[in-house]
Amino acid sequence: MSNSAVISAANPADKFDFLVRDDSHHVPNGSLLGFWIYLMSDCLIFAALFATYGVLSQNYAGGPSGAALFDLPLVALNTAFLLFSSITYGFAVLQMQQGKLPGTMIWLTITGLFGAAFLGLELYEFYHLILEGAGPQRSAFLSSFFALVGTHGLHVSFGIIWLITLLFQLRKHGLTGANRRRVFCLSMFWHFLDVIWIGVFTIVYLMGSLT
Amino acid sequence: MSTQHENSSEHHNHHDDHHNYVEGAPHSTFSGYMIGFIASVILTAIPFWLVIGDVLSTRNATVLVILGFALVQIIVHMVYFLHMNFHSESGWTMLSLIFTLVLLFITIAGSLWAMYHMNVNMMPSMMPSMSGGS
Amino acid sequence: MSEQLDLSTLIFGKLSLEAIPYHDPILLATFAMMALGGIALLAVLTHYKVWGYLWTEWFTSIDHKRIGVMYMILGLIMMLRGFADALMMRIQQAIAFGDATGYLPPEHYDQIFTAHGVIMIFFVAMPFVVGLMNFIVPLQIGARDVAFPFLNNLSFWLTSAGAGLVMVSLFIGEFAKSGWLAYPPLTGIMQSPGVGVDYYIWALQIAGVGTLLSGVNFTVTIIKMRAPGMSLMKMPVFTWTALCTNILIVAAFPVLTAVLGLLTLDRYLDMNFFTNDLGGNAMMYVNLIWIWGHPEVYILILPIFGVFSEIVSTYSGKRLFGYSSMVYATLVITILSYLVWLHHFFTMGSGATVNSFFGITTMIISIPTGAKIFNWLFTMYRGRIQFEVPMLWTIGFMITFVIGGMTGVLLAVPPADFVLHNSLFLIAHFHNVIIGGVVFGVFAAIAYWYPKVTGYKLDPFWGKVSFWSWLVGFYLAFMPLYMLGFMGVTRRMSHFDDPSLQIWFQAALVGAVLIAVGIASFLIQLYVSYKKRDSLRDVTGDPWGGRTLEWSTSSPPPQYNFAFTPKVYDNDAWWHMKTHGFERPTSGFLPIHMPKNTAAGIILSGISAVLGFAMIWHMWLLAGVSFAGLIIAIIVHSFNYKRDYYIPAEEVAKVEAQRNEVPA
Repeated sequence: MSNSAVISAANPADKFDFLVRDDSHHVPNGSLLGFWIYLMSDCLIFAALFATYGVLSQNYAGGPSGAALFDLPLVALNTAFLLFSSITYGFAVLQMQQGKLPGTMIWLTITGLFGAAFLGLELYEFYHLILEGAGPQRSAFLSSFFALVGTHGLHVSFGIIWLITLLFQLRKHGLTGANRRRVFCLSMFWHFLDVIWIGVFTIVYLMGSLT
Repeated sequence: MSTQHENSSEHHNHHDDHHNYVEGAPHSTFSGYMIGFIASVILTAIPFWLVIGDVLSTRNATVLVILGFALVQIIVHMVYFLHMNFHSESGWTMLSLIFTLVLLFITIAGSLWAMYHMNVNMMPSMMPSMSGGS
Repeated sequence: MSEQLDLSTLIFGKLSLEAIPYHDPILLATFAMMALGGIALLAVLTHYKVWGYLWTEWFTSIDHKRIGVMYMILGLIMMLRGFADALMMRIQQAIAFGDATGYLPPEHYDQIFTAHGVIMIFFVAMPFVVGLMNFIVPLQIGARDVAFPFLNNLSFWLTSAGAGLVMVSLFIGEFAKSGWLAYPPLTGIMQSPGVGVDYYIWALQIAGVGTLLSGVNFTVTIIKMRAPGMSLMKMPVFTWTALCTNILIVAAFPVLTAVLGLLTLDRYLDMNFFTNDLGGNAMMYVNLIWIWGHPEVYILILPIFGVFSEIVSTYSGKRLFGYSSMVYATLVITILSYLVWLHHFFTMGSGATVNSFFGITTMIISIPTGAKIFNWLFTMYRGRIQFEVPMLWTIGFMITFVIGGMTGVLLAVPPADFVLHNSLFLIAHFHNVIIGGVVFGVFAAIAYWYPKVTGYKLDPFWGKVSFWSWLVGFYLAFMPLYMLGFMGVTRRMSHFDDPSLQIWFQAALVGAVLIAVGIASFLIQLYVSYKKRDSLRDVTGDPWGGRTLEWSTSSPPPQYNFAFTPKVYDNDAWWHMKTHGFERPTSGFLPIHMPKNTAAGIILSGISAVLGFAMIWHMWLLAGVSFAGLIIAIIVHSFNYKRDYYIPAEEVAKVEAQRNEVPA
């Protein structure tokens, strides 16, 4: 039922090159853009959690507030761990750009260690809060604190698992294109978590400590 | 219906190794990272100092200042660590970031605004006149 | 609330034989029917030895066309379940007056209206819409598949896992009784200690991950994989609406994930986000869930707007009127959909200032939709219209959706909403737009694209029977509900005292039965078309005189879609090719790079379903093991680097030659 024979007679002079006949059309790899868009969706999960914290953060239910609970020097140390881990990841990427596998893996490992230190300190903080009776069940303020900070910590945990996996994959396959993309994706993830942490330490810890 | 050739994917990996870059990936420099790092350290230390040292006179002033510092540091991270620019992925990276930030603002501001009014009208006992305990 | 941590509790949690509803005859009868039907199906499949074929050609396929079809089948199956729920409600509401209590006790009725809503939105409408985008978008942009084919397969199976959990809740345990959005504090652990709300939570969280991944997938696909020359403003309108839909998915679903996560924390770990005491604020749940919920309904309708643009243009034999304004209208709707959510809870008490703001934005968002209606009408004006079945659905849509939209604008006025909120008027409004919009649109799309998918058209007679039954049935079922809403009748009631209302509900039941006829006709249509497929065969690939690139392929398209990537010069790319001397190539074929099939999607989804079930029943050992299994499976999958292959040039030549043998 196609009318192409009739229709094309009307425009015989038009000559269009309708098909890519050679190998030239290279389908671009979407991994970096795709991962960035995933990160944007992750950002919106945190937006919902920040909104919840914003609404519930004064609901102490007669229990302790942030000013009573937060250990700011500890938080400063934790912030330092995370910031250092960002710069060490940067050094890993620089090594990778120069094609140096051992250097890449070393700096990634150091990044992972800083991340683990961050997590360890955070778990220590949570443990003490719970022992003091300031666990997430105590009030809506504490529920939203633990949910927001805890979700960030969960993300860091998954980042570390991913980092360890990536180290094994680098050891096995080296700096292939696929592995480089993975390093870049984890790099975006890692820096993004540091960006979220800026929001956390400012809005939760610093503002929460003001009386 | 179709046959599968194993050697093709090895061909593909081999092809990738000729590149020392990933297509579309930003180029990092040591100086870029160091600028970002030092700026971040300063932009973190000052807010902590302001709060721990109880430096400014009013709470509101402190809040505004530390929020401002946070915003600046986020931009520093975006530019120097995440290599945010208008050209990456033909501008789609920036567009998706701006879109997300707009939605983030709407979600947080809209929720705070609506919930504040709901609390005033429907649950006045929940209003933050209950100050934090010990 | 603390459970003894002995071994049997660790393994079985709350699960026991008591969970099986022996005492409910309706459920037992349903189970018997499903079990017999299921066994019969499995027996037939085994007898014809198709398991291997199903596994390699369908279940592990990363081909967007196969995945699209599987989504449509999932949507269709779940529509039968969701409609059965609807029919049960209509019957109950038609008979339960005064002393007559009907046949459904309230705790059962409440599960039915909850399941009806959850299933229709999440497991019927979403799969249909995602399925359509899956099949059509890569073809329309001249691509061979989506950006992340493996993730596409995973998304389908995660959605199915969620649907599976909802189905399991029929026979093991119970479902939520809270309505489809599960507001706390009713859904907190104190007032809903059973497993129903947990089924709801885990089904949606698992399916939600699938949907979010789909959103990322199609956004990247449309941005990066368009054929050379296809700039954004040369994309087909369906692709534009698909892009905006997927952007909305990425923007909205994270909020659903977060708010359901917070409810989970309240229920499982005794936290206080939405509790009545210790500082919780249940209104925050309503706020957050509708920040997701409003974009969600636009996620459902935008692709349908795209479908109708394609259909109206094709069957009018004309280029779509006002392409640019269609695109801008779609973009405006996308952005505005994030600014109206509070209209779902005007009555919750935010006051006049807040209500006015959202009332105004809600009225504004109706404007771009109105622009679209005019564009469709102007496209039809002076066109040579073919009144094929898709066009019937289109005209039905235009009338019905506009009426529903108008009642929406009425509800957008906060003082009016104060009277009508949660009345049957509201129910009539949203069914008006969802059925008139999404359902009619899906049936139109199926009729339109069926020949492309299967190689033969659908039988028009049964299509018309289905359409007219749906159209008349819809009006008969829902216009009475508008009247009842004006008279003050509340939603979700299983019994009434005022006998003067009964006649309206009886009329609504007749309408529902007519809709059932419409659904049955559709199923008959599928069967009859299959039997008559040789006489309905589409041999050219372009049975309607289409204008977009999917019609340039054979029906069905080859696995690789296009032997050569097309180059695009204009809107309506295929029309341009047809009118400017395009000839199909017969030689010079090259090897084509394709992704391999994978079992990882079905495995990960299976583990997720087990994890969900274990969490629902507090089977902590199983939950821990399956969670660990999930992480391990993901890591193992990530070690698979050999995910692609080449179709040899000779193979491509053979497939293309088969097409050229068929007389044009």
